[in-house]
Amino acid sequence: MTETLTPPNSPMISMTQVNKWFGTFHVLRDINLRVTEGEKIVICGPSGSGKSTLIRCINQLEHHQEGDIEIEGKPISPDATDMEVIRRDVGMVFQQFNLFPHMSVLENCTLAPQWVRGIGQAEAEKRARHFLERVRIPDQADKFPGQLSGGQQQRVAIARALCMQPRIMLFDEPTSALDPEMIKEVLDVMVELANDGMTMICVTHEMGFAREVADRIIFMDEGQIVEENTPTEFFENPANERTRLFLSQIFQH
Amino acid sequence: MSEWQAIPERVAPANTIGAVGWLRSNLFGSWRDAALTLIALYLIYNLLEVAIGWGFINATFSGSDRAACLKETQGACWAFIDAKFGQFIYGRYLEAERWRVDLVMAALVLGLVPLLIPRAPFKRVNVLLMILVFPPFAFFLLVGGWFGLAEVPTADWGGLLVTLVVAITGIALSLPLGILLALGRRSDMPIVQSLCVGFIEIFRGVPLITVLFMASVMLPLFLPDGVNFDKLLRCLIGVTLFSAAYMAEVVRGGLQAIARGQYEAAAALGLGFWKTTALITMPQALKIVIPGIVNTFIGLFKDTTLVLIIGLFDLLGIIQFNFTDATWATPETHITGYVFAAAMFWVFCFAMSRYSIFMENRLATGHETRNAK
Ligand SMILES: Nc1ncnc2c1ncn2[C@@H]1O[C@H](COP(=O)(O)OP(=O)(O)O)[C@@H](O)[C@H]1O
Ligand SMILES: [Mg+2]
Repeated sequence: MTETLTPPNSPMISMTQVNKWFGTFHVLRDINLRVTEGEKIVICGPSGSGKSTLIRCINQLEHHQEGDIEIEGKPISPDATDMEVIRRDVGMVFQQFNLFPHMSVLENCTLAPQWVRGIGQAEAEKRARHFLERVRIPDQADKFPGQLSGGQQQRVAIARALCMQPRIMLFDEPTSALDPEMIKEVLDVMVELANDGMTMICVTHEMGFAREVADRIIFMDEGQIVEENTPTEFFENPANERTRLFLSQIFQH
Repeated sequence: MSEWQAIPERVAPANTIGAVGWLRSNLFGSWRDAALTLIALYLIYNLLEVAIGWGFINATFSGSDRAACLKETQGACWAFIDAKFGQFIYGRYLEAERWRVDLVMAALVLGLVPLLIPRAPFKRVNVLLMILVFPPFAFFLLVGGWFGLAEVPTADWGGLLVTLVVAITGIALSLPLGILLALGRRSDMPIVQSLCVGFIEIFRGVPLITVLFMASVMLPLFLPDGVNFDKLLRCLIGVTLFSAAYMAEVVRGGLQAIARGQYEAAAALGLGFWKTTALITMPQALKIVIPGIVNTFIGLFKDTTLVLIIGLFDLLGIIQFNFTDATWATPETHITGYVFAAAMFWVFCFAMSRYSIFMENRLATGHETRNAK
């Protein structure tokens, strides 16, 4: 089934038989996943099913114990310098934004390009303003994160990640901590990013977003990938009974 | 459905705003508040009356010996302070050489004040000057023995000079050392961690007097014969290590308060441990614990009085020493001396406290619950 879904060009991310334990708790079980350049993957599943852990293994915020992960053909290991190189090319957006509260919005965006990529301050600021423009908050550049709404903060977090000019973007429930009226402004930015051809993996339960941008939807339960399917098939004709049950729970209201 | 109507803006009731509103809400909110306010005012009035009577109205401001201060009514003997002022500031530092101390103090003020004013320019140069140039400058000038300057042995130093040398060195060194110890204690490396835990727990677990005593009496026993390094220097090391242990725990408290998400966001951007620490976590941790850091500084400043135990005369020590001078033996000498010492210490400590509150408010970025006051 997955063979027909995966385009033939070489994968950006490839996970092969990945297993992970927290102590004795087997949190990821035999994960196999290939993501090619420009693909948008949505991961959903019940709370505690290992979605966050899976995407955090991709940039090694969590270390897996078994199996192989390759980013752009390079195998990754928990070696510190290796990890830092990979993280430059993999941007991440968190549920809780995790902006740096002691720095202005602009400084949040220029910090890593300056200190990790080594580009000059003027260039970093130019880039930061460009991406703040793209997430539609150019006028908030000099404020502190604590002075912004949740939706604005999350858009700054997206701009901050984009300033590193990553090849892959990971989103871990980016709208789950937001008030309903702010979800759309963040999703709009993500849709635009998807349309620009960014390779994206999004953990989200925004099914409208999934239907609109996802090339594939992955459903996880108890540390396993239960189903991997196109959006149309996933919603109209899920292959797995467990998926059906999950969808009926989400769409109950 | 009725049509929506905007309600025009109205002025707040007169007795809830302005000076009247302030008095009502803060001092006379209820009968109980009003009674407490009146009692407090009465107590303050009485205290002030006694203090002003003793310190000004009945006080003696000039005179050349005890005779001037022997009066019917009780009042401060400021003449004693006046006569001994040079000693209180410089100790037994040669009178002809005291300009060197003045010069160092002036340089310190000149270097420190612009550093403490956030808007003053040339911060980077200023910091470098204070870290790289000032310490050797102060050292060579105060100690002497170079460039034709007479050597003034540290045993002759005393008074405020010793207090400030010990306090400023301790403050300047204990913060960076404390930061390193705090990082070490949180480290994943077992050896580094145990060394830091051991250091902190040993120095925090013994009284400063013990540390000073060991530094002064025990340490020479371990050194080869003939090697004898300066008593003041040993004392500086003792005080610094002691406060660094406290500082480490204060800083660690700040680091514990940093959310895991901050480390993760930094890591996800590709920042390594040292950059994450220097740019993300440590600035936030230090900001959170400004009150604790200043608390430790103030503690250290007052603990400098303990150097008396190893025969160094700090400000308090030299004041007490002068109580034994028969020319000034009056019933008021002791109390005047202690009040003077207290006032001097209080000025420095209060200045540190106010400055820390200023910094707290200045560094606020909109997620604090309350202004510092
Ligand atoms: N650092 C950790 N230590 C131990 N258990 C963890 C840790 N992080 C997550 N878990 C557990 O692993 C499981 C999967 O977590 P997570 O990947 O966050 O799930 P999801 O994102 O799908 O809600 C949960 O049961 C969670 O309690
Ligand atoms: Mg999660």
